[in-house]
Amino acid sequence: MNNLVVERLKARFGESKIEPSEFRGELALIVPKESIVEVCRFLKEDDELKFDLLADLCGIDMYTPVKRFGVIYNLYSLKNKHRIRLKTFVEEEDPTLPTVTSIWGTANWHERETFDMFGIVFEGHPDLRRVYMPEEFEYFPLRKDFPLMGIPGSIPLPKK
Amino acid sequence: METRTEEVSRKTKILQALEDQNASVSFDDPLENDMVLNMGPQHPATHGVLRLLIRLDGETVIGCVPEVGYLHRGYEKLAENCTYHEFIPHTDRLDYLSPMNNNTAYALAVEKLLGIEAPPRAQYIRVLISELARISSHLMFLGSLAMDVGALTVWMWSFREREKEYDIFENIAGARFTTSYTRIGGLAQDVTPETLAMVKKFIDEFPANLEECEQLLNKNRIFVGRTDGIGVISRAQAIDLGLTGPGLRACGVKHDLRRANPYLVYNDLDFDIPAYEGGDALARYYVRMDEMKESTKIVQQVLAKMPVGDVHAFKPKKVLPRKERVYTKMEELIHDFMLVNLGVEPPVGEIYNAVEAPKGELGFYIYSHGEGYPWRLKIRSPSFVNLQSLPTMMMGGMVSDVVAIIGSLDPVMGEADK
Repeated sequence: MNNLVVERLKARFGESKIEPSEFRGELALIVPKESIVEVCRFLKEDDELKFDLLADLCGIDMYTPVKRFGVIYNLYSLKNKHRIRLKTFVEEEDPTLPTVTSIWGTANWHERETFDMFGIVFEGHPDLRRVYMPEEFEYFPLRKDFPLMGIPGSIPLPKK
Repeated sequence: METRTEEVSRKTKILQALEDQNASVSFDDPLENDMVLNMGPQHPATHGVLRLLIRLDGETVIGCVPEVGYLHRGYEKLAENCTYHEFIPHTDRLDYLSPMNNNTAYALAVEKLLGIEAPPRAQYIRVLISELARISSHLMFLGSLAMDVGALTVWMWSFREREKEYDIFENIAGARFTTSYTRIGGLAQDVTPETLAMVKKFIDEFPANLEECEQLLNKNRIFVGRTDGIGVISRAQAIDLGLTGPGLRACGVKHDLRRANPYLVYNDLDFDIPAYEGGDALARYYVRMDEMKESTKIVQQVLAKMPVGDVHAFKPKKVLPRKERVYTKMEELIHDFMLVNLGVEPPVGEIYNAVEAPKGELGFYIYSHGEGYPWRLKIRSPSFVNLQSLPTMMMGGMVSDVVAIIGSLDPVMGEADK
């Protein structure tokens, strides 16, 4: 199944755009951020692959000078009972990415969470608000440069 | 006519009295306005600290925005600063109604990263505790849904059963609620024959007790009337919104990770995946009732088939050694010291492992740089994703259906907020 996914994607998008890797039998594909929406749409709508369930979408902070933030799409096919992962990277100066809410409705909250925790902005998202932290909070807590103890005074306490 | 004038003058007097107290009063015509109802975060029917903003046209729900985050503790950040062993107690506090499932899911994810496997007896015990926890979680669902729609007896009866299960958990793990029972590569300790006898007794009596609860509800006009056709979600919408677990199976999708991507020893066990058509609150209730019966079957088989043997994998640099050996053997003392202080040394790589928790797909995504701490640990919690389908289910319903729909979705905020 993993080979089939790689073959179909390479045939559709070309060798250079898809970077597959496998670890413990799980397929992960690195996709450039410009083509992430088309790849997702193709994977969902292809009759043979049919990755119809977006199980998860999350961010990761690699803490490297280039390609600092990653976004991971965890796709599941109910038909083939198969799981793959897509990864795409964005730069620290320009942490923006097109949204996939038009493909899977469930991406809505996942993208809000990723924005809340990493500050990655999903362009075209219908309602990009913070999901866990208060709206006036200025930092992004899961970034590696945010300290574990938090920043004193960053959340105003209610007045007595 | 005279009474009317009198009434008007009385009303004016009341308003005048309010004005005198420096209060400003304004009246809108209620028929020309929508009303926004703020429900929660402190509300008994929201199962914790869920907040809903509901827009009402009369009594009909025309909009709903769930707000989460009131129980956010930042477990993903904490995980990056814990060794793999240190994070186990935190998993109890995710879905606190079935901590055993979370322990198992986390241990399986780390084991997949390390490339080790627990011995067969440990795997059987993990299935046993997962299924007991599933029954306990579904009993909580049963009691709270019934109570939300007005049947208090079922709440009492289902809690009577849960109490027996918590006694079993106390014997197995030493704690009733926050069990922290699994270890990477095994379990904290083996189960004793006395505990297995308790499980046997509980599981033999359980179907009859569940039947009692069913009799109170299945033909109850109020219960059926308040759940039948309420909170409907179609199959396509459910998949689009990422709904998993009983909610998805109530839409007729026979998807269960225990069968779809079998883990532990589920392949050797005989059980069915209940699925119902309809996608309403009643179907979700039926699915969970049937799942409890299937879990009973699984526990019976596990008790019959459980092999004897060790419950720890023998991997000295990955799995914590047994305490008695730490105190008597030099080698084990060194390994224990290294594991506790520096953590296990996993390979560089990333894995995602999911199990079928009572609420749906519970997955852990781990990105490892080869250090004792995970570089990133993402918890894919079913309640968080399932809550997204709440607005779809509520749209067009009545305000009194709101509690029934939340009850039928069975979210746990500890897990949704992480």
